[in-house]
Amino acid sequence: MPQLIGVPRETAAGEKRVASAPEVVEKLIKLGFRVAVQSGAGDAANFADDTYRAAGAEIIDDAARLWASADIVFKVRGPSMDEVRLMREGGTLVSFIWPAQNPDLMQALAAKKATVLAMDSVPRMSRAQKLDALSSMANIAGYRAVIEAAHHFGRFFTGQITAAGKVPPAKVFVIGAGVAGLAAIGTASGLGAIVRANDTRPEVADQVKSMGAEFVGVEYQEEGSGVGGYAKVMSEGFQKAQREVFAKQAKDADIIITTALIPGKPAPKLITAEMVRSMKPGSVIVDMAAEQGGNCELTEPGKVAVKHGVTLIGYTDLPSRLSKQSSTLYATNLLRLTEELCKTKDGTINVDMDDEVIRGTTVIKEGKITWPPPPPKLSAAPAAKPPAAAPAAVATKAPAKAHGHGGASAPASAKSTAIVFLVAAVIFWFIGANAPAAFLAHFTVFVLACFVGYMVIWNVTPALHTPLMSVTNAISSIIAIGALVQVAPPITETADRPTAWIVGVAVVSIALVSINMFGGFAVTQRMLEMFRK
Amino acid sequence: MPATLSTVSYVGATILFILSLGGLSNPETSRRGNLYGMIGMTIAVLATVFGPQVTSAGYAWIVGAMLVGAVSGIYASRIVRMTQMPELVALMHSLVGLAAVLIGFANYIDPAATATFQGPEKTIHELEIYIGVLIGAVTFSGSVIAFGKLSGKISGKPVLLPARHWINLAGLLAVIYFGGVFINTHSIADGMTPLVVMTVISLLFGIHMVMAIGGADMPVVISMLNSYSGWAAAATGFMLNNDLLIVTGALVGSSGAILSYIMCRAMNRNFISVIAGGFGTEGGAPAAKGAQPAGEVSPITAAETAELLRGSKNVIIVPGYGMAVAQAQHAVYEITKYLRDKGVNVRFGIHPVAGRMPGHMNVLLAEAKVPYDIVQEMDELNGDFPDTDVSMVIGANDIVNPSAQEDPNSPIAGMPVLEVWKAKTSIVMKRSMASGYAGVDNPLFYKDNNRMLFGDAKKMLDEVFVALKAA
Repeated sequence: MPQLIGVPRETAAGEKRVASAPEVVEKLIKLGFRVAVQSGAGDAANFADDTYRAAGAEIIDDAARLWASADIVFKVRGPSMDEVRLMREGGTLVSFIWPAQNPDLMQALAAKKATVLAMDSVPRMSRAQKLDALSSMANIAGYRAVIEAAHHFGRFFTGQITAAGKVPPAKVFVIGAGVAGLAAIGTASGLGAIVRANDTRPEVADQVKSMGAEFVGVEYQEEGSGVGGYAKVMSEGFQKAQREVFAKQAKDADIIITTALIPGKPAPKLITAEMVRSMKPGSVIVDMAAEQGGNCELTEPGKVAVKHGVTLIGYTDLPSRLSKQSSTLYATNLLRLTEELCKTKDGTINVDMDDEVIRGTTVIKEGKITWPPPPPKLSAAPAAKPPAAAPAAVATKAPAKAHGHGGASAPASAKSTAIVFLVAAVIFWFIGANAPAAFLAHFTVFVLACFVGYMVIWNVTPALHTPLMSVTNAISSIIAIGALVQVAPPITETADRPTAWIVGVAVVSIALVSINMFGGFAVTQRMLEMFRK
Repeated sequence: MPATLSTVSYVGATILFILSLGGLSNPETSRRGNLYGMIGMTIAVLATVFGPQVTSAGYAWIVGAMLVGAVSGIYASRIVRMTQMPELVALMHSLVGLAAVLIGFANYIDPAATATFQGPEKTIHELEIYIGVLIGAVTFSGSVIAFGKLSGKISGKPVLLPARHWINLAGLLAVIYFGGVFINTHSIADGMTPLVVMTVISLLFGIHMVMAIGGADMPVVISMLNSYSGWAAAATGFMLNNDLLIVTGALVGSSGAILSYIMCRAMNRNFISVIAGGFGTEGGAPAAKGAQPAGEVSPITAAETAELLRGSKNVIIVPGYGMAVAQAQHAVYEITKYLRDKGVNVRFGIHPVAGRMPGHMNVLLAEAKVPYDIVQEMDELNGDFPDTDVSMVIGANDIVNPSAQEDPNSPIAGMPVLEVWKAKTSIVMKRSMASGYAGVDNPLFYKDNNRMLFGDAKKMLDEVFVALKAA
């Protein structure tokens, strides 16, 4: 029985997004799921009920009925307590949760024995990028932040020399060059502004420059990259140096866009009231961290306020203001997540806690709170290697996955596993009961070697499978030893030993195997010489 | 050299062999891996020759035989073309198999080798000889046939005898029966008959098995024979009570087994059904089963292809066996290099079973100097096709067949394929409209965004390259 994915209408005030788009519904159905959409869910994002229906979704008028019938609920914002009440016992929920900020919500969901995947908790790994909704939303928010700023800013962004006089270009200062910051930089420089940007992580300087902005660093030695490529809390000394830089920029800039966030912590207060006062009248600050308290002391979350002649934009719904775009991207993120959850494409999800991406995203598993996950093993900042042999402890399946062979190898059923073990036990018992001790010593070595081979070979990259075959072929000429010991063993000749035959056969064997030995290694070497970057 | 020193050398050689295989996890470390293998082999051979089991009387023989083998081996490795690698590997497997047979026989007729064994130990020893010869013989004859098929000396079509499963079963029973006879004989002369009969049956079995397997299943066969040659070495190790042989044989054996498994999974087929031979043959012609795709194919010229390529940002090239046959990899490289210099992101998508042996395409492209970091696996780039402007299929068919995903009745349903049709335009280079190995028509050819570039791959690519440069 395929599971039913329910997409309710968002209930938060002003929320215009919807968790699935018609074109994505079609793909979910291809994965084997059934999809139900609450009537009017997509209205604010310009998706009519009919387009969902045309894509194959069922339209349900009543939220209560939708929540009750859905096995899996896709939402944008975390559910309200009312919605949690509607939720089916043991159901699955996928939405933004912010578990650190919403402990009550977490408790309520856990009480429902729910399984909850939080789109804000997707681990920062290259494999998980396609389902990183924070990034896709941040990208939109960054764009929209500039558009909002332009709306409230009384001048052109680009510099012009017109018959009516010279227009200086706007100066935009972006704090925090994450996804949102970079999107803002790109948009602002696209409009023609002079853009400067700052970030505590020095390695993003190149990205800033590539988007067309100037990087304004803080002259203070401290590495600002935390785990997973996010920023971290900086030392007091650094913060002081940073404030000086910002104070200087505030006097000069027309528009400041702040995007500084630290995971699980309130947003750092970077722009003081003093700095706001020092800005030119008519300047604009867009505080993209307003929802987490704001980067500016004077920000009023959710509102536009004018203080000391400076417009402070504290909207917390920037992605929602581009509802069609953000709904489409968010829906695609959810689709990618669903693909990860449903590798068998049979319309049922499998929350596989051995999968690092799914493990990180899952904050409640069947009523048990599993947040926070164990820290990710790799930082996203350097071009890290894929986690090749990292999960070696679960080696029977994991190394395969690490190299992309993994696929849908769902754990074998208990029955077939039991049969395999039983057969193995019978064989081992038979050997143990009948074989002499000398044989068993060799047998031990043999079995262990098979396992070593198994471990080693799974790490071989598929590109080198041909060299692997030729080198194993060369190595298998170790069989030459068998012939070598037959040529002239240290024994006394007896009459019944056909020495001439044995030596003849052994010498032929040695010659044959030597072809293999020398040829195999030589041709492997020749092939490997060819592999170059 | 005392026995202890020789044993320690064996341990060293074992470690070096494991490191050698471990080195292949990455092209950067692979050359060192191969070097480890060579050092390990040198140590093992020297430790044996100068160890307690070989007296100085044999040195001349050994040096002579190895010299002959070394010269032929190195010569072969120099002249072989990269497209011929599968043949060479098959031929080399056959040598290991033959050696295993010869060593088994030599060991059996040597009364000194068995003199110390009594009771169950003797039985086990004889069983080890029997199994060693058996695996060796199957490896030998199977590899020879595989070599014949890969080099075109024998037709690549599966040869299916009537009641072939029963023949195999009868062979197996006979082998078991003669095994019983062999163990219960009391003199070497008596035991010779069952041993020889079994060897003949095994040889026939090897021939029969590989004859029944078609060209595109060759990657599985090659890796399976690779595995067998390892097990033959391991069996010989048991026979001679030599742990080095056992370990090395087991390493090689499991390596081949894993490769076979990967290949089978890449075709969504079960190992047994590949080995049992044929392809969906039980019901007769498989092509009749899939729905015939209807529609027009749109041909394209080399000049238009060049035009398309020049206008793209992202290009994925999917090579198949046809590229190897046409020796087109150098032409592919020229085009790749030209486009990359122009800032086009050209990558290669390799299906695990493309070509005639695992990793065949990678070696060919490496030979043509294509940098390995733009040669990617199916899983790595299959999601990127929607963002790709042009996907170019060179001499591949079944591995890009959309009916594997779309038509549950297709004989290749469920096989993972490269989704080239998701690119904005796909170009298929092909000699004619003939269907692929699986005998399944390919709906890709009829898709709206697909263009067919008919002709010999190398010739057409040369024309494309000329047209590219001309503009």
